[in-house]
Amino acid sequence: MKIQIRGGRVVDPGSGLDRVQDIFVAAGKVTGLGGAPSGFHANRVIEAAGLIVCPGLVDLSARLREPGYEYKATLESEMAAAVAGGVTSLVCPPDTEPPLDEPGLVEMLKHRARSLNQAHVYPLGALTQGLKGERITEMAELLDAGCIAFSQADAPLIDNQVLLRAMQYASTFGYPVWLRPRDASLGRDGVAHDGQVATRLGLAPIPAIAETVALSTILLLVRETGAKVHLCRLSTADGVDMVRQAKSLGINVTCDVSANQVHLSEMDIGYFDSNCHLVPPLRSLRDREAVRRGVQDGTVDAICSDHTPVDEDAKQLPFGESEAGATGLELLLALTLKWAAEAKIPLPAALAKVTSGPAKILDIGAGALSPGVNADLCVFDPQARWKVEPAALKSQGKNTPFAGYDMLGKVRFTLVQGQVVYEG
Amino acid sequence: MTGYNPQLDANGKLQHLLTIEGLPREIVLHILDTAHSFLSVGEREIKKVPLLRGKAIFNLFFEASTRTRTTFEIAAKRLSADVINLNVGTSSQSKGETLLDTVANLSAMHADMFVVRHSQSGAAHLIARHVAPYIHVINAGDGRHAHPTQGLLDMFTIRHYKKEFTTLRVAIVGDVLHSRVARSQIHALTTLGVPEVRVIGPRTLLPSNVAELGVHVYHDMAAGLRDVDVVIMLRLQNERMNGALLPSAQEFFKYYGLTPEKLGNAKPDAIVMHPGPMNRGIEIESSVADGRQSVILPQVTFGIAVRMAVMSILAGNA
Repeated sequence: MKIQIRGGRVVDPGSGLDRVQDIFVAAGKVTGLGGAPSGFHANRVIEAAGLIVCPGLVDLSARLREPGYEYKATLESEMAAAVAGGVTSLVCPPDTEPPLDEPGLVEMLKHRARSLNQAHVYPLGALTQGLKGERITEMAELLDAGCIAFSQADAPLIDNQVLLRAMQYASTFGYPVWLRPRDASLGRDGVAHDGQVATRLGLAPIPAIAETVALSTILLLVRETGAKVHLCRLSTADGVDMVRQAKSLGINVTCDVSANQVHLSEMDIGYFDSNCHLVPPLRSLRDREAVRRGVQDGTVDAICSDHTPVDEDAKQLPFGESEAGATGLELLLALTLKWAAEAKIPLPAALAKVTSGPAKILDIGAGALSPGVNADLCVFDPQARWKVEPAALKSQGKNTPFAGYDMLGKVRFTLVQGQVVYEG
Repeated sequence: MTGYNPQLDANGKLQHLLTIEGLPREIVLHILDTAHSFLSVGEREIKKVPLLRGKAIFNLFFEASTRTRTTFEIAAKRLSADVINLNVGTSSQSKGETLLDTVANLSAMHADMFVVRHSQSGAAHLIARHVAPYIHVINAGDGRHAHPTQGLLDMFTIRHYKKEFTTLRVAIVGDVLHSRVARSQIHALTTLGVPEVRVIGPRTLLPSNVAELGVHVYHDMAAGLRDVDVVIMLRLQNERMNGALLPSAQEFFKYYGLTPEKLGNAKPDAIVMHPGPMNRGIEIESSVADGRQSVILPQVTFGIAVRMAVMSILAGNA
């Protein structure tokens, strides 16, 4: 299949390319930009005048719910959601049931994902067996099976000795460790940010220090072990400041935030809206502004969807009993564009946070557009308006705090390895 | 969310009573005035009025409570309603039925009103969002969030003894952090224009942002009680007495228990209130609980009139 994408504005944030030109795809690769390679005869021409052509999005956190939670979502439903959102590579956390702590589970997941022939799936292996925080997993075996890094997901790791050992062991082989900073005890039973909304609504609080106390521990352990650590889902102003400072001191960490934290705050909980029950919790407006500043100044390397499909039964409960999480794969691009518009960020810099930025963290050859790379592409209409209607989402999870939001920017085509896998 | 109030119908009338926060002052005053007219019903030989005859009121208690449930039951019966008591904590929920399924089943039995108590903040809101438009929901306590009829009966009590709200200093003492009663009182007092509301307690028992509710924070009892007109003591739950929140009940009593000496800091005509059940010797000394300034028992009596008022207003008969 040879495809010519004609007349689009080609934006490759990693290389700085931003020009209206044609792009040529053959044998799963980008084979030319601008002029056609010699002897290129397109089987299909995609008219892209007025559209943006960029690398397919790379999402650093998308729960696919397999194995174990197929009643919440399946690979079929969530991979369809991914490509509908322009996402061509995604990382799935290990908090499945059972957790991804055995090579067989990872191989099965990779195999299932490959057979669907849609987005590329990069599983995170469990850092500890059963995510219990007690014994480290067979990391080398898990890596061979297809894991790209190791993580506790949102499970607590109480024992700092285990955390130290896990980081030492991973760094022996140069494996990255992905950690969401959260102290296991502070805010233990909490469900909402320890701020004015939790106080008013009587929701059990999760203080900001639950993040920063754990973050300081992690940063000290990184300095001690030299482990390659990626920090997941920062949510507090102080946390962003600490990472900024750590980076300026030469401590080698990367970090991401969820698109939810870029746009929402505790105020959105309103009258106990369980769609705003998220992990980490929606913080104060001040935290949200700090998160935005961090994304803008490069402290934060990537924006992820933190896609977490939850079945309706698990959301139709009192706030504190409801299951945390929001669906997000199909909103990541639009939310990134929305942030760019609000914060007056140039389009290439904004797209970098969902393409080249996360790809660099993963160290995979995605998120770029130069000739020779995999033709994983997203073609979107930056002027298309649409309203978020949960029922219209492809994800099995209809749980979104953004229901009813007006969005600007809609995916028209998604290509994975040179194949059109989505047209909208 | 601005402008939307889940308790009011399209005409601004009270549809549910879920919290005092955001309740218009006129509605609060209307409830208090209506309660006043019901006060005499309990003193008659025949303690009944026919306002809610033929209405089915379901007391839906997901959390055990005898006192509150009983006062709602009495209030409903004095209004001639049919009352059905369900201790759901011990039946369907333990069989795995969800909250909304339970409510849907009871709605199918033609309930007109649900009185709901639940251990989770926001449970009454959730139910109110899902019931048919002709069903009214009264929150009888949800987690740490709200206990609006308690807040209202406390306002009734204050008005009964102090007449005017706009000149008062009111202190709320004890475990504000876990208290739905305190939250409802604070909203009611600020709605009614009380110029100075104080909360007094150790930092472990006060929410971190409590000042944003419009209260003054004190950690010292003597300073906090100085010249107040109303002292409201909160119940300290047993499970909070020993652990990381408080070292012991004895130490709490020493610093925050209401004794005649500490009460001496308040105005001489200050009244002492408590939502009950009391822990004598822990948050309040018996000589104060039973003393001349205590209005704790009248609170209970007023509570029935206030609940009658709320039920009759919701049913559209008042």
